Amino acid sequence: MEKRVTFRGWMLPLLLIAPQVFISAVFFFYPAGQAVWQSLFIPDPFGLSKQFVGMGNFEFLFSDRHYRASFYTTAIFSILVTLASMIPALFLAVLADRLIKGSGVYRTLLIWPYAVAPAVAGVLWLFMFNTRVGVVSWYLGQLGYDWNHVLNGSEAMGLVVAASAWGRISYNFLFFFAALQAVPRSVIEAAAIDGARFWRRFFTIVLPLLSPTTFFLLVVNVVYSFFETFGVIHTITSGGPQQATTILVYKVYSDGFVGQDLGSSAAQSVVLLLVVGLLTVLQFKFLEKRVHY
Amino acid sequence: MRQLILGAVAAGTTALTPIVASAQTEVQFWHAFTGRLGELVAAQVEAFNASQDDYEVVASHKGNYSETLNAGIAAFRAGEQPHILMVFEVGTATMMGAKGAIKPVYEVMAESGAEFDPDAYIGAVKGYYTTTEGEMLSLPFNSSTPVLWVNRDALEGAGIDPDTDLSTWQNVEGVLDELKAAGHSCPLVTAWQSWIHLENFSAYHDVPFATRDNGFAGLDTELAFNGEAQVTHISKMGEWAQDGKFVYTGRRNEGGANFRGGECALFTESSAGYAGIKSEAEFDFDVRPLPYWEGVGNAPQNTIIGGASLWVMEGHEAEEYKGVGEFLAFLSSTPVQAQWHQDTGYLPITTAAGEATRAAGFYEENPGTDVAVKQMTANEPTANSKGLRLGSFDQIRGIIDEELEAVWAGDKSAQEAMDSAVERGNQLLRRFEQAHR
Repeated sequence: MEKRVTFRGWMLPLLLIAPQVFISAVFFFYPAGQAVWQSLFIPDPFGLSKQFVGMGNFEFLFSDRHYRASFYTTAIFSILVTLASMIPALFLAVLADRLIKGSGVYRTLLIWPYAVAPAVAGVLWLFMFNTRVGVVSWYLGQLGYDWNHVLNGSEAMGLVVAASAWGRISYNFLFFFAALQAVPRSVIEAAAIDGARFWRRFFTIVLPLLSPTTFFLLVVNVVYSFFETFGVIHTITSGGPQQATTILVYKVYSDGFVGQDLGSSAAQSVVLLLVVGLLTVLQFKFLEKRVHY
Repeated sequence: MRQLILGAVAAGTTALTPIVASAQTEVQFWHAFTGRLGELVAAQVEAFNASQDDYEVVASHKGNYSETLNAGIAAFRAGEQPHILMVFEVGTATMMGAKGAIKPVYEVMAESGAEFDPDAYIGAVKGYYTTTEGEMLSLPFNSSTPVLWVNRDALEGAGIDPDTDLSTWQNVEGVLDELKAAGHSCPLVTAWQSWIHLENFSAYHDVPFATRDNGFAGLDTELAFNGEAQVTHISKMGEWAQDGKFVYTGRRNEGGANFRGGECALFTESSAGYAGIKSEAEFDFDVRPLPYWEGVGNAPQNTIIGGASLWVMEGHEAEEYKGVGEFLAFLSSTPVQAQWHQDTGYLPITTAAGEATRAAGFYEENPGTDVAVKQMTANEPTANSKGLRLGSFDQIRGIIDEELEAVWAGDKSAQEAMDSAVERGNQLLRRFEQAHR
């Protein structure tokens, strides 16, 4: 049964949503529309002339196997970032939830990394793993492992995933922690009386009850890994070595701002928009059915 | 919307600049220098402003090279462009293609009536920014060329005579073998791999980097650095990388830290690395000419430059262009140029400035600082060694970096990698051609 609040007439509801519609129009629909329009042209950088090419920019993109490879890289990257930021966050939240004393301190400390901007986080991780002066790479060297993310693509991917997921763990932790607090004690206690041990209770009761939060975080983290990780990639690898860490959004930047190829860059933004939109629709269509509210 | 925002930004910047007497004509100059270089630019501008009463040059820092270029482009689109914009050498084709956005320097100088003699400029420096008809499009500002830096202590430590001849790659290879045999962990390191080991390599050996005179003769140019000479060199470098004789540190000048820290024995880097190496190196070092392969092409021809030049933007008053002309003439004058060359380690842009520096005894006091000048001016530039004029070149360099990394990692042969870089780069050149039709 759903509760519905109804308005009399149209004026008030329209007035109430007007600010949000205005903001969306100015900061989303207008620029997105511009991107779609620009993706049909090959302009010169100074805006002195432009050639109408129709779908030409898209044809150019999809005939480029490096662009297609970038989809694969992005998929791997966002799956890894999402997993690496959600699983530890859930684990930490469960542990913090069990604490009787001092959970406030842990909570505060665990939230700190979220305050670090992605680009800064990138520089921090780069310093630790710097092949020459990095602390971690030095210890790895002592253990006989020669760390070199400058040439080794998998290591570079591991590093950008770690740097992107690190700050995000805090964010996810907050949501999981709040959700855990909301799980009714009585249900858990009833299960405990029936003899279910901690992990059994966790997997059969707590986890399903967390599903709305998990679903929300899944969507938000996928979007995060698609767009906001730009700073990390830019500071640590610039998309290299070879094309090991060139995710879609990084290619938009390098074609648009390094190559001044605004037509291709606009076409890529449109593709990116469609991909993320499609992913979100899929998530809502298939995953949401398994979510219990 | 964008115009509004840009306008606001431009208004903000203007408000921050010092208030000038209204009788003076203002000339806006956007550059990309910070730190010591930024101070030196400010000093030049101040000296010009003090030298006359008619014009006031206002210099603003706009971020790194790419950001400065983007700022200039955005400003032009908003109708707020500066009079003078600093653009790095790889942006040359982009600026040249922007007919209607730029005013060629030769034209500015002719109209302003300022002192201007194209022959006074060093051929290898101005050539990069001059059309095949000999018309100078932008004024070279800061130029450098790659040289070989040697850690003499490291050679001695490995039992090698530090004065050994390193002029050819054949000799360098022998030294690398000896260093490796002596257990040295970093015999050779490089900065700017595409610039040094492909672009300059091609010019130095007088083989084409791209067709149509490296792009000088037209937009229908195609990359040609998958030729035998380049592939042989890259393949050698790849072998050295596999054997631990060449250590790859990154796409930019990351290797500088390794060299200055004393870890690496040999370092191919810009001549402008001088100031940093001099202040940080705690070992005996040397500057040598860039090595070449004996018997390949016409080596040693001459190397080409990297750095930036000053472009004059279209859309201002004649009176203001007069000021621009005066300022550019001031920058080219012998005392100003000689001082700039000595302070920064960049190449002098005029022959007279080089001679004045020599006459002042600067090269004797700072041995090696003239290696770059000699290497650039040893021969009259050919069609292969005049420079490069390729669209989307910053991005093509990115592609070259990726492909070279595949060679260093042992994933691709030099031939495969260079073929692939040429093919991918050509696609970008075709798009650039289409955008500038």
